[in-house]
Amino acid sequence: MHLTRLALTDFRSYAAAELALGPGVSTLLGANGQGKTNVVEAAGYVSTLGSHRVGTDAPLVRRGAERAILRAAITSAERDSLVEIEINPGRANRARVNRVAVPRPRQVLGVLRTVLFAPEDLALVKGDPDQRRRYLDELLVARAPRFAGVRSDYERVVRQRTALLKSARARTGSRGFGRARPSGPDAAGDPLGDEAASPAGMGLAGALDAWDEHLAVKGAELLAGRLVLTAALRPLLTRSYAAVSGDDVAATITYRQRGSARSEATAGEAADRDEPPAGDPPADRAQLAQGLREALARSRPDELERGVCLVGPHRDDLDLGIGELPSRGYASHGESWSMALALRLSGFELLRADGDDPVLLLDDVFAELDTGRRDRLASLVAGAEQVLVTAAVPEDVPAALQGTRFSVADGAVTHAG
Amino acid sequence: MYEGIVQSLIDELGRLPGVGPKGAQRIAFHLLATDATDVRRLASVLVEVTERVRFCRICGNVAEEEECRICRDPRRDASVICVVEEPKDIAAIEKIREFRGRYHVLGGAISPIDGIGPDDLRTRELMVRLSDGAVTEVILATNPNLEGEATATYLARLLKPLGLRVTRPASGLPVGGDLEYADEVTLGRAFEGRRLLDV
Ligand SMILES: Nc1ncnc2c1ncn2[C@@H]1O[C@H](COP(=O)(O)OP(=O)(O)O)[C@@H](O)[C@H]1O
Ligand SMILES: [Mg+2]
Ligand SMILES: [Zn+2]
Repeated sequence: MHLTRLALTDFRSYAAAELALGPGVSTLLGANGQGKTNVVEAAGYVSTLGSHRVGTDAPLVRRGAERAILRAAITSAERDSLVEIEINPGRANRARVNRVAVPRPRQVLGVLRTVLFAPEDLALVKGDPDQRRRYLDELLVARAPRFAGVRSDYERVVRQRTALLKSARARTGSRGFGRARPSGPDAAGDPLGDEAASPAGMGLAGALDAWDEHLAVKGAELLAGRLVLTAALRPLLTRSYAAVSGDDVAATITYRQRGSARSEATAGEAADRDEPPAGDPPADRAQLAQGLREALARSRPDELERGVCLVGPHRDDLDLGIGELPSRGYASHGESWSMALALRLSGFELLRADGDDPVLLLDDVFAELDTGRRDRLASLVAGAEQVLVTAAVPEDVPAALQGTRFSVADGAVTHAG
Repeated sequence: MYEGIVQSLIDELGRLPGVGPKGAQRIAFHLLATDATDVRRLASVLVEVTERVRFCRICGNVAEEEECRICRDPRRDASVICVVEEPKDIAAIEKIREFRGRYHVLGGAISPIDGIGPDDLRTRELMVRLSDGAVTEVILATNPNLEGEATATYLARLLKPLGLRVTRPASGLPVGGDLEYADEVTLGRAFEGRRLLDV
């Protein structure tokens, strides 16, 4: 697929800007701070309904404006679509597809598929697990938009359950709750004795049971999706890593369920100890849900004591290996970049294999790379249906990716040949 | 900002659910342009409703007497209780004319984020109603969203020892939705296809 038009109204630094785009490579050139990333971010937002730079919508609206509007015309193998999104910080966003309002903005997911390479991608390798979970989940949603619902349901269950654990801790904290008690699954019911006698019959323990069940069911659905995805990415990652690094070494990817380890000894530490990776667990949802139920039962005393939800896919991680070593903490700067690029490239390959090229967005990445990686990356992406590249100076862009040029300056994007 | 009393009216209207600042302004100016007797009638209904309407002491539905119309109706099947979150859900279910039992209004759903636990709902009143053995089936018709589902799961477990038939309207209800917005056909089908809650 490719974008034929991208229009921004009151988005970031732009009062109004419009780009007419074609298939092939388009390059946005301009000094730092002129608004190149803002354009790429806009395309990413149409595709994912989120920004790769900020977690909230407020910074996306031009200072002084009330709302931002993005319009994107997309040509894909099956159809032409026009997506319009109104970003209203603090209120519900609105969206239209082909001039028809959709009940939920979420329904535009999947219309435009993109893979974004950005300087921030190094955090995929060096950063915290949430970076890698987000990488997986974004790909999951791009492949099957229904996962956007699964993910937001799951996140809501976690928020509800965490609130319950916190309030339980607050209520019982003064009694030295959780101290000097036997550990193990049987201890779970003990501290709840008082609550169990509450008039409604089951009190806190019963309410927790109800949320546990929903966490297990929704969590298993998300987990199953991630496991299938990880398995599909595995061969692609190995290949992409070799291609972009030029090294003859096997890069590996393993999904790791954290917080599901049997809790022994002292509370607090037990939950942080991780299960050793042992390949992917089976992606059968009923089995995964049962595993989560058991892990929840084991962790309940710790969870009550700490007031945090310690079990579930919101705690998981993706182990990235280069040869025999984990990349986090071991890989050199260059190897880390190879791994980050390989993750994005395998995402691209995966979506491409589903039938239609996603749009590639390369935001200022070449400046971060040495000549070898730069040229290999350029040749790997040059064949994509559409590539949008940004750079401060033309010299940063490899020759294979020159294409149509736009210049970005003074709040405007102009065609420059 | 408008002058004094007009702005107060806009502010009051803006506090109603589903009414934004623009809508509040539109309603206010509509009222100002409306015949005074019509507005007075609206005002008196508003006052009357706050004075006359209370909640049924049995089921928690809105009522004009101690007990609501449904609880007083001897033709309603006393062996089935349909548990809902709000009185407005009763109105929605009554429209389908499928259900002939009685109701129980919880007054919300379990939502720890909002500080609402089982004891903040009319759970105890429900248990009291079930204690004499006259009720043989409980339908858990909480909203088909996360909080409604969790509430249903909680109640199903709570009721399990009583040996009742515990069901939940399932098929057709849009997930993540609100019961009151479901159309009648969908809601009707959902009640026909209610399933046993196995916990
Ligand atoms: N909400 C906003 N309103 C107005 N200007 C903004 C907003 N958000 C970012 N900017 C401006 O956009 C510029 C950064 O644009 P960016 O696309 O990141 O630059 P670059 O060309 O280096 O990629 C900064 O000058 C910043 O002040
Ligand atoms: Mg930039
Ligand atoms: Zn009643």
